[in-house]
Amino acid sequence: MNPILRFCSSSIGRKWIVALTGLVLFGFVIGHLIGNLQIFLGSPEPINRYGAFLQGLGELLWAIRFFLLAMLVLHIVFTVKLRAESRAARPVNYAVTNRRATSPAARWMLLSGIMVFCFIVFHLLHFTAQVPAVNGLGQNFETLHDAQGRHDVYRMMVLGFSNPAASAFYVVAVALLALHLNHGIMSMFQTLGLNSGKVRPLWEKGGPAVAWLIFLGYASIPVAILTGIVK
Amino acid sequence: MNLNLKVWRQKDAKSDGRLVDIEARNIPEDCSFLEMLDIVNEDLLGKGEEPIAFDHDCREGICGTCSLTIDGVPHGPSETTTCQLYMRKFKDGDTIYVEPFRARPFPILRDLVVDRSAFDRIQQAGGFITARTGSAVDGNTLPIGKPIADAAMEAAACIGCGACVAACPNASAMLFVGAKVSHLALLPQGQAERTSRALKMVRTMDEEGFGNCSNYLECEAVCPAEIPASVISRLNREYAKASVKDTVS
Ligand code: FES
Repeated sequence: MNPILRFCSSSIGRKWIVALTGLVLFGFVIGHLIGNLQIFLGSPEPINRYGAFLQGLGELLWAIRFFLLAMLVLHIVFTVKLRAESRAARPVNYAVTNRRATSPAARWMLLSGIMVFCFIVFHLLHFTAQVPAVNGLGQNFETLHDAQGRHDVYRMMVLGFSNPAASAFYVVAVALLALHLNHGIMSMFQTLGLNSGKVRPLWEKGGPAVAWLIFLGYASIPVAILTGIVK
Repeated sequence: MNLNLKVWRQKDAKSDGRLVDIEARNIPEDCSFLEMLDIVNEDLLGKGEEPIAFDHDCREGICGTCSLTIDGVPHGPSETTTCQLYMRKFKDGDTIYVEPFRARPFPILRDLVVDRSAFDRIQQAGGFITARTGSAVDGNTLPIGKPIADAAMEAAACIGCGACVAACPNASAMLFVGAKVSHLALLPQGQAERTSRALKMVRTMDEEGFGNCSNYLECEAVCPAEIPASVISRLNREYAKASVKDTVS
């Protein structure tokens, strides 16, 4: 068999694909967070300039979007395949199960993943496609422009999160994302063959720590807006 | 002590099985779990009933033949194997669930006896080295650093009992295969077949129908030989390297 095809149809090869696509998506989560935290820089200027910079990438922006979408699709498709095989591997369940090591984050991996996916769809409609019906305010975000005529990302975020329902949904969604990463980060290093006795504590403690930072970082934005710290 | 057992009884590979209530009476605290089953079987035979079939051999924790999932944990609440689990770990009047190791690649032959020959086939696919037979070479002709020797020894401790598969929510055999691949990949003797070994053992593992590790780490928690989950990480690395080597060479 063609070695590449063989790799992609093997258990470990598939795990590698899930881990590598997960790594890319994880990188995006970090980059996206850093970009958005610019809302705390005191004025609308930095984040609006950042938004205009991204829009200015033109075709490249679309290439990046398609690439990320492809990563997401591969991440999901291969996970589903792996899961299906695992289910088939135990046709009769135990009458009693007694998990000794599984963390809650690991146990809820599939559910947190599905929820995060649903959130991504909503999020894209909310702030990327800017469909007015989704923001619950009857506002058209596309009409927001700052003094320089750039799309006013700052106002869009402040307005969008001024809806408590939207904010609450965001906080829950990033909590689920953090839960997913809580197991995902360690899992990724394990699958990429980068785990050993020596570095294991780093992944096992560092992974959840990074997941918490991501949660706090993302959740801080709607919280700051709702409490009037950012307005 | 007296115990209420809920034991999986199954006539043969083709029949359906079910949990059956069986009482264990007058069990000394100092007997092992398997000896407890021996006593129960004496009782059953006395009553003209079929004894419970279960796997055992050395009964000293080294062969990996004994199995059983006890109250949802392969090898039960022992740090080692079921044969080394003593009844003092239980209390008088306890209800104990005794089930076979469950996985599609480990078909039940009868009651608690499962066919683990899938492990043999994985092993035969590449878990060996090709070496000239004859007189043994002198010790220390092949120097091996202490850290490497220790890591290889740690992996080599696997007794192939299958508890990792039984404990894994995915019924994955990656701790077993990881141990075998790691053991030989670390040592100089294993280098000649390093690439083909990883490829063949993983392929056989997949063909046998084991599930896929998702890093729950249940395997390592029940392993009587204390094989660490880092062998799975090494397996992942070895397999990827082998795939690349095989593609470009
Ligand atoms: S019977 Fe040999 S290890 Fe238990």
